[in-house]
Amino acid sequence: MKGNLKKRYPVFFVFLILSSALMIFPFVWMFLSAFKTSADVYSYPPKWIPSSFKWTNFAEVFKKIPFLRFYANSIGVAFIQTFLQIAISAMGAFALTKLEFPGRRKMFSFMQSSMYVPEVVTMIPLFLLASWAGLVDTYAGLILPGLNCAFTTILLMSFFQTIPNDLIDAAKIDGCGYYRIFLQVMLPNSRTAIGTASLFAFLTHWRSYMWPLIVTNNVKMRTLPIGLKYLVQETSSEYQTLMAASLMAIIPVLVVYMLMEKEFVQSITLTGLKS
Amino acid sequence: MKAEKRSPRSRNNLQAREQRRAAAVMITPLFLTLFFLFFLPVVFVVAMSLTNWSLTTPARDFVGTKNFRFVLNDERFWKAMGNTVFYTAIKLVADTSIALFIATLLDRKIHFRRFFRIAHFAPVVVPITASSLIWLWFYDPGIGPLNQVLVSLGLPAMQWLYSEKTALLSVILFSVWKGLGYNVILFLAGLQSIPESYLEAARIDGASERQVFFKVKLPLLAPVTSFVIMMGIINCLKVFTEVDVMTPNHGPLESTLLLVTYIYDQSFVRGKMGRGAAAALVLFIVIFGFTLVQRAFGRKNVSYD
Repeated sequence: MKGNLKKRYPVFFVFLILSSALMIFPFVWMFLSAFKTSADVYSYPPKWIPSSFKWTNFAEVFKKIPFLRFYANSIGVAFIQTFLQIAISAMGAFALTKLEFPGRRKMFSFMQSSMYVPEVVTMIPLFLLASWAGLVDTYAGLILPGLNCAFTTILLMSFFQTIPNDLIDAAKIDGCGYYRIFLQVMLPNSRTAIGTASLFAFLTHWRSYMWPLIVTNNVKMRTLPIGLKYLVQETSSEYQTLMAASLMAIIPVLVVYMLMEKEFVQSITLTGLKS
Repeated sequence: MKAEKRSPRSRNNLQAREQRRAAAVMITPLFLTLFFLFFLPVVFVVAMSLTNWSLTTPARDFVGTKNFRFVLNDERFWKAMGNTVFYTAIKLVADTSIALFIATLLDRKIHFRRFFRIAHFAPVVVPITASSLIWLWFYDPGIGPLNQVLVSLGLPAMQWLYSEKTALLSVILFSVWKGLGYNVILFLAGLQSIPESYLEAARIDGASERQVFFKVKLPLLAPVTSFVIMMGIINCLKVFTEVDVMTPNHGPLESTLLLVTYIYDQSFVRGKMGRGAAAALVLFIVIFGFTLVQRAFGRKNVSYD
C-alpha cells in the first residue's frame, strides 16, 4: 500500500503545482498588467511582460477616484468596527459565562436567534432607521449598523468557559471587583481567542459590501469595495487602470496574510468549526 | 471593609447584588446592538411587508398579503429563484468535491505544503471587488486572455458574461476560485484531527488506501462535510457581491438575477420597499428551513469516540 502511495506522489505533487498555479495566476496577471500600456492590453497574441513599466496607470487611478480616501475609509471603518464589536462581545461573553444574573438564559437565546436572520432581511428597515437618524453618508452610519456581535460573542464564550472559576474566585478573595477581574484576569488569559475573533471580525468588515453600498451616496464616504465597483463603470475597458487599482487593493492584504498565515488559518478553522 | 463586619448571609447578598450590577453594565451594550440591529429591524420588516411602503413616495398603507401574492406570482422572482438554485447546485458540487480532493492531497507529507496551502487560500482573503476586476478582464470577449487561449487552441471564442447561456456560469467559476480555499482549510483541519491510530488499524487489517479514504476518513469527516455543505447552501442563497460587481444590471436577459439581487432591486432601485420586505421574508423562510435541517443533521452525526 505504502509503495503504491509513494509511486503516486509525483502525480499528486504535479497536480498541486498546477492547481496552485491556477489559483495564483490571476494575481500574477494583475501584477504584470498593472504596468502595461494600453497597446500591450490590446495586443494579440497577449503580451505577458509589459513592453515598458508604465507607472502612470497608478496616477490614472488617483485621477479617476479618490483611492487613498477609499482606502482610509475602509481601514478606519473596519478597525473601529472590530474594536467596538470585540469590546461589546467580550464584555457580553464575560457576563454570560461568569456572572449570575436574572434573564441570562433568555439573553443567550435572544442572541442565538439573531444569527438565523440574514443581512438582506434587516437591511431594508435598517436603511430607513439610519436615514431617520440622519446617519446616511456618515461614518457612524457606516460603522454602527455593521456591527455583528452575536457570532463573536458565542465564539468568545466558548473560550471564556475554559477559564477556571477558581481563578476568578481567587481574584475576588484578593479584593478584585468584577470589572478588574474582566480586565486583568479574563482578557490577559484569552489573548489568542481575542486575537482570533478580532481577525475574523476585521476580515468580515473589511470585505463588507452590501451595507456600505446602501448607506453611502457621497463619493467621499465610499469604502474600497464600493469605490472599485464604481471605478469599473467609469473606466469601461481600460484594464491596465483597473489592474493598477486592483493591485493597490490586493497587495497589502496579501502581504499581511503571508506574514500571519498561521493566524488566518486558525481563525478560519476555529470560527468555522466552532459554530 | 464594611461588608466584612456583617453576617455572612448579608455579605453574600451584597456580593450577589454587586454581581448583578456588573452583569447589567457589561451586557447592556450587547443587548442594545441586538435590539437595534436585529429585533427592531425584524419587527419592522414584517410590518413593512404588509404595506405598500415606498422609498420615493410617502405611501405607507396597509395592503395585507398583497406583496406576498405579488412576489409569489412574479415571473422575475421565480427566475431569480431558479438562477439561485442553479448557482447553488453547481457551486456546491464543484466547491465541495474539489476542496475535499485538494485537502486530501495536502493531508500528507508533501514538499512545499505551506506554499500550496497559502496559494489556495490567497483568493479568500483579498476583497472580492478587487479580485473580480481581474476576472472581468479574463472574461472580456474581445481582449480577454481566456478567449485568446481558446482561439489559439482553435476553439470558438465565448461570450462569457455577455451571453445569457454562460453569464451565470462565469460568475460561478469566479466564485469557486474565490471561495475554494476556505473549504480546503476546513477539510484539512478535519482530516488532520483524525487520529493516526485509526488509519494504522485499518491498514493493518489490510485496507487499501482507497478503502481507508472511503471507509474510515470520509465517515469521520462527516461533521465537517455536513457543515461545509449546509453553510455552502446558506451562503449561496445569500450571494450578492460578486454578481453585483460582475453583472451590475443582472446580466444579459437577467440571467444573473439572484434572490438577493431581486430583493435589492425591488427595495433600493425600484423603491418598492414593501415588496422587497416580502421577498426578503420569503428568502428568510427558505434559509431558516435549511438551518433547521443543518441542526438536525449536526445532532445525528456519529461520533467514533
